Amino acid sequence: MNFQRVLPLVKKDLKKMIREPATLFLIILFPVILTLAFGASFGAIGGSQSTTYQIGVVNMDSTGFYQQCARDFIENLSNTEILKNQDYSSNETAQTDLIQGNIQAILLIPSDFGQSCDSFWNAPTDPTLWVNTTLQLYLDSGSMFATQAIPPIIEQVLAATVYGIQPVSVPRPIQIGSPSLVQASRLTAFDYMAPGIFAYASIFLTMTVAQSFTTDRENGLLKRINTTPTTPSEFMTSQAISNMFAALTQVALVFAMAYLVGYRPSADPASYALAFVIMSIFALCNVGFGLITATLAKSPGAATGIAFIFIMPQMFLGTFVGFALSPSAQAAGKFVPSYYVTDALTSLFLRGAPVSSPTILLDLSVVSICSVIALLSGILLFGRYGKT
Amino acid sequence: MTLEEAAIVIDNLTKKFEDVTAVDGLSLRVERGELFGLLGPNGAGKTTTVNVLSCLLKPTSGSINVGGYDAEKRPDEVRKLIGVCPQDTAVFSYLTGRENVELFGNLHAMPKEKLKKRAEELLEKMGLSSDAKRRVRKYSGGMRRRINLIMALVHDPEIAFLDEPTVGMDPQSRRAVWDFIKELKKQNKTVILTTHYMEEAEELCNRVGIIDYGKLIALGAPEQLKAKFKAKNLEEVFIQLTGRRIREES
Repeated sequence: MNFQRVLPLVKKDLKKMIREPATLFLIILFPVILTLAFGASFGAIGGSQSTTYQIGVVNMDSTGFYQQCARDFIENLSNTEILKNQDYSSNETAQTDLIQGNIQAILLIPSDFGQSCDSFWNAPTDPTLWVNTTLQLYLDSGSMFATQAIPPIIEQVLAATVYGIQPVSVPRPIQIGSPSLVQASRLTAFDYMAPGIFAYASIFLTMTVAQSFTTDRENGLLKRINTTPTTPSEFMTSQAISNMFAALTQVALVFAMAYLVGYRPSADPASYALAFVIMSIFALCNVGFGLITATLAKSPGAATGIAFIFIMPQMFLGTFVGFALSPSAQAAGKFVPSYYVTDALTSLFLRGAPVSSPTILLDLSVVSICSVIALLSGILLFGRYGKT
Repeated sequence: MTLEEAAIVIDNLTKKFEDVTAVDGLSLRVERGELFGLLGPNGAGKTTTVNVLSCLLKPTSGSINVGGYDAEKRPDEVRKLIGVCPQDTAVFSYLTGRENVELFGNLHAMPKEKLKKRAEELLEKMGLSSDAKRRVRKYSGGMRRRINLIMALVHDPEIAFLDEPTVGMDPQSRRAVWDFIKELKKQNKTVILTTHYMEEAEELCNRVGIIDYGKLIALGAPEQLKAKFKAKNLEEVFIQLTGRRIREES
């Protein structure tokens, strides 16, 4: 590996990012505009002005020995100050108000909710003894903001209510931070979306990499570089370095923009460092997808279209948009790498989980494995079928 | 590579693309320090031959030796010796002229100081010094062609493949390139020049080979060929050998 060849190629790619208007837009301006737009839309801009959503609560667990758990859960929901609870005695009445637009969501608390909580508290390490139950959620499909913001908030409050009151020494089946870290009352909807936005911006590297390779191939530049002593590994290393640098620049810019609009995650320096590591690894995954796209595409125009095969699932299933999807679509999200990036950043920035938490390490492992597979596949396919 | 060795030896080279035979049993020897012109109508197999010589394509059969190395077995060694100026200008339009030249010098791992000096010298010779800091996107077609040529020669290669380097140039630019190619000859560099301009081949080349349908149909010094075919100039030789039918590149 001769770095006298690698570094000038990296420098060349970085100059391209700054000098080519389309690349500059996709890599730098798009994430900045996206962050500002979402910051403005979801309540981060304007300091204490939080968006609020009316949510109808039907508590079917209001009697019996275990009712306190449901009451705590409802109280925690109202403490978020984002959700304004409205109690209903029946689902039908609540549905009427939802259809008329008086509320944005309905939450049905099942009759065995308290029993389920209690079964977990009594045997947190033995799932065979748990009473499984499901919270039913109805969302106003006409409110894009509500569909995206409400589910993660409820998820957070549920985690705080059910798992957070456990003593820290007792192992829990699900790692979602401690209750004191879920300070929902100070959070806006944007805080819940920010981790997804970090991943969202990076996904578009697939398109820039694919366009770059197809343009260079069309202009005979790849062929020309092949007549020099530059080896394929030197060339690919330069691509990996320049795109990782691009991804880190994106994260830094998005974070700076988010900070400017009031985003203040409760994270330590180690969490920030790990977030940058995860994003760098994720960049390699997108380089791999970009190479596969460039292999399939005959021209830069076709590359733009084909890139969306990789961009759309990652965007809709793996970032903040995923919260608005059906349970099956959310399950499908687990097959896209961006899901694990968003999840890891959510754990770091929103749940306040430490860098060594199993959830984050699992996410990091999945992202790393996906990146290695995508990058190697991209290099092999492009080397074999994409050069000419 | 010793002085006694030929710079390029092509032995019975055949290159097929599916059912199309682009080069058909071509054998050729180019001596060190020779400026050899490869002539032929569109689609005759000139560029394919150059692509095989510069390790971009693998031969279907036959062997190629470039600078003493088997091009198929030792492509890395061959790449260190050669400089390739492609037929279509291949430049990074978002880089300046100087940045393009220096990038290719770096890809050949040239020492920094030497590269700077050499880039300056070549830009000056090609009349591009004053435009070296401008991005290539803003260059005229002729300027792009000149940068294209400098990028191929910045590392001072022993063997240069120049594929129609003057196509589309104005007479002044073409003259500047001719002078530059003549200098390469003086420096005892081996040059393979493909061109459609017969006067260019006559002016510059020690020997020319005319190929048609992938086969070598004539070989010799321009004067020898003119005498042999009783022609006033090389163009007449070319027309006699390849006919008047207009062909398109496939």
